[in-house]
Amino acid sequence: MQAFTTLTAIAAPLPLANVDTDKIIPARFLKTIKRTGLGVHLFDTLRYDAAGAERADFVLNQPPYRSAEILIAHENFGCGSSREHAPWALLDFGIRCIIAPDFADIFHANCFKNGILPVRLPRAVCDALMEDARLGGNARLTIDLARQVVVRPSGEEIGFEIDPFRKHLLLNGLDDIGQTMQHVDAIDAFEAARERQQGWMPAITLG
Amino acid sequence: MPAAQPRTLFDKIWDSHVVERLEDGTCILYIDRHLVHEVTSPQAFEGLRLAGRGVRRHDATIAVADHNVPTSDRRAGIGEPESRVQVETLERNVAAFGVPYFPVLDDRQGIVHIIGPEQGISLPGMTIVCGDSHTSTHGALGALAFGIGTSEVEHVLATQTLLQKPARNMRVDVSGTLGFGCTAKDIVLAIIGRIGTAGGTGHVIEYAGEAIRALDMAGRMTVCNMSIEAGARAGLIAPDQTTFDWIAGRPFAPAGAALERAIAAWRDLPSDPGAVYDRHVALEAGAIAPMVTWGTSPEAVLPITGSVPDPDQAADEADRARLRRMLDYMGLTAGQRLEDLAVDVVFIGSCTNGRIEDIRAAAQIARGRHVAAGVRALVVPGSGLVKREAEREGLDRILTEAGFEWREAGCSMCLGMHEDKLTPGQRCASTSNRNFEGRQGPGGRTHLLSPAMAAAAAVTGRLTDVRQLG
Ligand code: SF4
Repeated sequence: MQAFTTLTAIAAPLPLANVDTDKIIPARFLKTIKRTGLGVHLFDTLRYDAAGAERADFVLNQPPYRSAEILIAHENFGCGSSREHAPWALLDFGIRCIIAPDFADIFHANCFKNGILPVRLPRAVCDALMEDARLGGNARLTIDLARQVVVRPSGEEIGFEIDPFRKHLLLNGLDDIGQTMQHVDAIDAFEAARERQQGWMPAITLG
Repeated sequence: MPAAQPRTLFDKIWDSHVVERLEDGTCILYIDRHLVHEVTSPQAFEGLRLAGRGVRRHDATIAVADHNVPTSDRRAGIGEPESRVQVETLERNVAAFGVPYFPVLDDRQGIVHIIGPEQGISLPGMTIVCGDSHTSTHGALGALAFGIGTSEVEHVLATQTLLQKPARNMRVDVSGTLGFGCTAKDIVLAIIGRIGTAGGTGHVIEYAGEAIRALDMAGRMTVCNMSIEAGARAGLIAPDQTTFDWIAGRPFAPAGAALERAIAAWRDLPSDPGAVYDRHVALEAGAIAPMVTWGTSPEAVLPITGSVPDPDQAADEADRARLRRMLDYMGLTAGQRLEDLAVDVVFIGSCTNGRIEDIRAAAQIARGRHVAAGVRALVVPGSGLVKREAEREGLDRILTEAGFEWREAGCSMCLGMHEDKLTPGQRCASTSNRNFEGRQGPGGRTHLLSPAMAAAAAVTGRLTDVRQLG
């Protein structure tokens, strides 16, 4: 997993509430067996018309925002299914950070697992950042995870809260597995003790 | 010495599986059994491959394809390309990573939540996970069983552990005895009707009380299966003699002296007297009637004798709008009697009600009757072994003579894949667990009910109070 330290990038404003996982990536694209390549289907129904042509008025189809790495949205971002295709599609498009007043729980957890930083900020702050984002390529936002601040183009810094454990993982590019692997001795010991106490526990082996 | 704090069944299983408690309260939780299927595993195996990791415990992992397998004759293979790719990918992955696998044409193939208990792979006191929310089914054995996401599937494959925080304890007591014609499905639908689809959020529900104890294992699995529809992380029922008798002799269960030792350990699992629950709900079994859902959420449920509610009577505008949308989608009008609703399709199967006991219940109603004109009725066994047993008992003949279709094992019309799906506007009496918009096919209208109620609907052509069929 790619570490997240500081990110200075173009931010795309998406002033919508309750953006559900089906809006992020419609269910018909979920039958994939890969976690990469979903970026072209990101926000499919908002981004393309019925004939498959780009809608010029959708933010990610506009020149500066095609390379956006930050997304700013309204309340309850990521509600709906627990499938991880939503963060995979965002990441594949290039989004590394989402700023919103709040997120659906499972989506929020899934972001961290995939190296995306979800930042919760009050609605008024999100709206102010959206105004910055509307300046397009002339106005980059900086996210400094170590210091837990969003830096506006004006230089103003806005602090945000984050779970210290999640922060540690993101800063070090540790996925959960990498983190757990650091405790492999404890797992070995636990397994050995269980084996002794529960010798009756059968193994699954097929002849 | 102070007495040990009384603990719940959940607390005991949890405590015995904590490998390490991290600073923020997250625990590294050891996982005893990992069930893998074709839908949520491909990206997990891809992740292992990309990171150069392997599977830690092959002997604690079992794979099977269920969601994408056709339930018609499948010796010719899977026609639908995307379904075929998912199943073939699973087959490649289990071969490459050395994971035990029940092939599509093996009798042991079936819905992952049916075959885990059936094979004795799921046992009391275990932690059991699967990339599927209805993993809660296995809680019927007194195991802590819950669904996980694809990243977590990868995490378990690589480490045999998960990072988890403990859930809260909730207890649902169902006292008394069920009335004639009422089943485990009616109990769980009544519970969801009472507490709502968010009623169990953040909790593990332990089902207890005389009516739960009286259930056979199939019924207990039906109840635990739908815990997720009540918003809970998992459902649990304390293991007892019914559980132990059911486990004995299953292929992967311990046998002989090992089983004796296992049972001795399992007897310590039930919650201690005085154990504290964060939430408590009580129901009287005698007050439960055969239930049927009328809306697009499992909590939109009523006794079969009821009528479609009137949105105008709802508490606030948001509720009114929600109810109107449900009625509109379901093609219903306020005040319509549920028993007057004609059905187009009947589906008997799924991990909720695809066990041999469910097929027996359906066959009992079907015997000597015939599926109503214009109704398509499918019976889909939950596993190849359930199918074989039903055929041994002659249930397939009773059902086919009554005009039911008798199919191969799989998830089938529970989630409307390939040919087993509703067409827009079709009304279906279904023994599955979800009635969301489009769940059984775009525009399909689902009414959840018990196998006996489903069979009754098939033979009368409308939602029917099974008690009237005797
Ligand atoms: S039968 Fe339905 S609910 Fe059960 S695992 Fe299959 S699709 Fe999921």
